[in-house]
Amino acid sequence: MNWMNTIAILLVAFLAVFLESYFRGLRNLIGAQIDLLPALVVYASLSANISTVALIATLGGLWFDSLSTNPLGISVLPLFVIGLVVHYCRDLIMREQLYAQFMLGLAASAVAPLFTVLSLIGTGDEPLLGWCSLWQWLVMALGGAAFTPVCFYLFDQFNRAFSYQAQPETSFRPDREIKRDRGRHVDY
Amino acid sequence: MLRRQYYMTVGLVLLLVLVVLNLPEQTAGKLKLALGGLFLPLFALAGSAQNFAEQTGNAIAPRSALLQQIDELRKENQRLHEQLVQAQEASRENAQLRRAVGWQQRVPWSLKPARVVGQDPANWWRTIMIDVGLRDKIHPNMTVLTPEGLVGRVTDVGFDRSRVVLVGDPNCRFSAQVQEPRDQSVVAKGIISPSASSLDRLLVDLVFVPGGSLLKPGQPVLTSGDGGIFQKGITVGQIVDVRTNDHGLNLEARVKLVVNLNRLEQVWVMLQ
Repeated sequence: MNWMNTIAILLVAFLAVFLESYFRGLRNLIGAQIDLLPALVVYASLSANISTVALIATLGGLWFDSLSTNPLGISVLPLFVIGLVVHYCRDLIMREQLYAQFMLGLAASAVAPLFTVLSLIGTGDEPLLGWCSLWQWLVMALGGAAFTPVCFYLFDQFNRAFSYQAQPETSFRPDREIKRDRGRHVDY
Repeated sequence: MLRRQYYMTVGLVLLLVLVVLNLPEQTAGKLKLALGGLFLPLFALAGSAQNFAEQTGNAIAPRSALLQQIDELRKENQRLHEQLVQAQEASRENAQLRRAVGWQQRVPWSLKPARVVGQDPANWWRTIMIDVGLRDKIHPNMTVLTPEGLVGRVTDVGFDRSRVVLVGDPNCRFSAQVQEPRDQSVVAKGIISPSASSLDRLLVDLVFVPGGSLLKPGQPVLTSGDGGIFQKGITVGQIVDVRTNDHGLNLEARVKLVVNLNRLEQVWVMLQ
């Protein structure tokens, strides 16, 4: 993980917030907008240090709130808590497994809006909630879960393209090499 | 060492969140607009791309279709011109009558067109962003509408963009009246509130309607002018169905909005 990857994640987070605000097709079609930030936080937590996770949660949350009616800063804490927990347990998580990526994305995308709505209610705001919110929650969770493996794949490809790769180790050892010549040539 | 870095990061983020959440409302609003301003180039780029696509589409339209459209527009223009002459006459007569009775003169609406550039990314709010702001003399609480009817009201205003809270958002409750279609008489008054039970963004609830009011599906719902934000007589929607509430003390009706809030591209802000 290098600084270029951090910048790439921040750039994708910025674009993700813009796309969520600009494109209305999905909301008109299925009645809910998918949030891509939790998936990005999951990726960052499993691939970067805690400072990068904090940076993405903070900037992503602030960008999201700046385009929303949410009070500024309310989305930061849920994203950061998710990032912190995943980062803390990263040694126990099989990062390369598609199933693990999907389940982490599902959990993060389900928990983030829940925490945000609870925080909003806690601060005295009155978000639009009802039975339809359950459907929106389901769509957000599944959408985020589906995006997480895509996110891992794309960033891994990006890393492969822009960073030095470790030379694969072989079993060859020069000190154990059996040197052969062409053999003694005998003329009869 | 690692643990120390954890604590420091957690502390910094917590501090930042607490500071930002406790900023004075005006400062937080300015900060929000400044952060949102970062997205302006992207919104402009997306808008230009959309315009380019439309222009490209127009360039390849067949000549016969364009001629047909011109013909239709000419006819419509002629019809509207006739209506305008009649309306001017009616307006003059209305002004004379108002003067005779001593009523206040009705001020004509002054409208500013605006383009919808974005929507709220969160699912629990219903707001849009439009491309007019302080530069265009837009102020909070101005009415936003389309030729079909009411859209919402302006809440936050930046230099060149504003946020509009749509009808159906928890922050856009207002008084409305139900009219009898035949004689335009007022049947009942109530409060337009969000309908959280429906996924359809075009359905809202009309609540606190006095029990015994003769509400029927199909009756038009208009702004009542009470509350001072929306002018009287702007079309909101039509009643879909009615149910009793609080043991018959109140009635509740579902109202289908006349404006398709899912397909908003262009709106008008009422300046006066």
